[in-house]
Amino acid sequence: MVRAEGVMKKFGQNLVLRDISLEVKRGEVLCLIGPSGSGKSTFLRCINHLEELSGGRLYVEGDLIGYREKNGKLYELKPKEADAQRRDIGMVFQRFNLFPHMTALENVIEAPIRVKKISKAEAISKGKELLTRVGLGDKFDSYPAHLSGGQQQRVAIARALAMSPNLMLFDEPTSALDPELVGEVLDVMKELAKTGMTMIVVTHEMGFAREVADTLVFMDGGVVVEAGDPKEVLSNPQHNRTKAFLSKVL
Amino acid sequence: MANKPSAKKAPGNSSAPSTTSDFEPIKAIKLRHPWRWLIATVITLYAAAFAWDAAVNRPVYDWATFGKYIFDKRISEAALVTLELTIASMVLAIVLGILLAVMRLSPNPIFQSVSWFYLWIFRGTPVYVQLVFWGLVASIYPSFSIGLPFMDAFVTFKAADVPLFWISVLGLGLNESAYMAEVVRAGILSVDRGQTEASRALGMSWFQSMQRVIIPQSMRIIIPPTGNEVISMLKTTSLVAAVPFSMDLYMRARDIAGPIFRPIPLLLVASAWYLLFTSILMVGQYYLEKRFARGTGFEQVRKVKPQEVKAGDAK
Repeated sequence: MVRAEGVMKKFGQNLVLRDISLEVKRGEVLCLIGPSGSGKSTFLRCINHLEELSGGRLYVEGDLIGYREKNGKLYELKPKEADAQRRDIGMVFQRFNLFPHMTALENVIEAPIRVKKISKAEAISKGKELLTRVGLGDKFDSYPAHLSGGQQQRVAIARALAMSPNLMLFDEPTSALDPELVGEVLDVMKELAKTGMTMIVVTHEMGFAREVADTLVFMDGGVVVEAGDPKEVLSNPQHNRTKAFLSKVL
Repeated sequence: MANKPSAKKAPGNSSAPSTTSDFEPIKAIKLRHPWRWLIATVITLYAAAFAWDAAVNRPVYDWATFGKYIFDKRISEAALVTLELTIASMVLAIVLGILLAVMRLSPNPIFQSVSWFYLWIFRGTPVYVQLVFWGLVASIYPSFSIGLPFMDAFVTFKAADVPLFWISVLGLGLNESAYMAEVVRAGILSVDRGQTEASRALGMSWFQSMQRVIIPQSMRIIIPPTGNEVISMLKTTSLVAAVPFSMDLYMRARDIAGPIFRPIPLLLVASAWYLLFTSILMVGQYYLEKRFARGTGFEQVRKVKPQEVKAGDAK
């Protein structure tokens, strides 16, 4: 479903990702862990082309992201085509990024109406269903400023799901939350994983990774240091760098 | 005897934390400000003395003439013209300003350069000079045609036929749009980058994200300086004499004052009308700001049901 081949990303002279190759199968949950600055978030943002790659290839469902390859040459996609690729990839941000001038429900129905062009009535009924599913059935008309962080992040998840994505990207979804609100967001994510959604999650929640992930990837310095079954990696890390990191966070 | 039977329920303090136990509001003697009272008294006395002097000792103010012309039909008509000039120019300026700001921030280098060049010209030369120029444009370009190359024009009109009112609107509006562009650009740049990313990640196009997400949020930043620009425009309309257009409030007041040799009371008449309009505009701005403060937490106390705050998760 997602295939990265030698992905590289440079910011100026700074090489943030060097040669990331990995694969995520349909229905799989992959957790990315690692110290800050290791390139986890950058890699995630490359997957829906919020960042342009400097090298390598990224495929989602067999489609090359951001480019078209023909006769060995790469052609940049038109903005319209790039937007269309993003449509099927949901993303949840560390800082929620809800639209503050819209109510919870308006946040959720905005993109389906504007981008997918579905009818407003249909969008509303689906939006209400999604908000109810993430436990916010009584918050349709609340503005983000009147919701707690955990509630906001759950609205953000509902908003991403409203586009019926094939793949969900989570960029440290619980890092900006009060400790007591982390659980409610992780619960929603666990439920989502159970439905067979393909998910890539950048996280510091080792408990979540152990319980939900099919694969755990430890990144440092822009490379994949270690990858494998989460229970294996967490309890018996092979690499010294992984051991050092886990000894501090576990 | 620890608890007094204070059954008082602190009448009407909805803002107090909702405790079930008895609540005793603080009773403290207010801090006194004797200097404030003294200074306020002195200022009031001086202001009263000035007003008395102006009313009685200064015949040049000529309040009788002021009273005679303040509601003169010619004046109120001219005031209406000034208002129309302001509204028409500002509508043109805001529409063009948003367009210029969006162009300046677009990823397209041609749009960026065109917008930059426009600003360079229209912000870089005085509005008075521009107004004189628009008044003379008919002598450079006697007629305008709208059409496609190698085809007959759809519309042709003589520059000299365009009413001076609309030439004034054009001159004022084009100049003002350069300033409005900067106001709008500042507003757009004030919106968090995460908003663009979130909307793009949902598959919205650059334009949709601007229109639906970024611009509505930037309004909160844009409105106060825009109110400023409207008020400024109301007064700048007094420069349209440069076009030369003479139906506006200031020119009409001068035209009336000339033959009767009473410039000062008529200046006061014009000022009173300008002040009336700016006051109305300030009220309008207040309500607009309230409207666009939705969801920011800066809005005036909204009707939040008490249980809405209490219910659900900790906040």
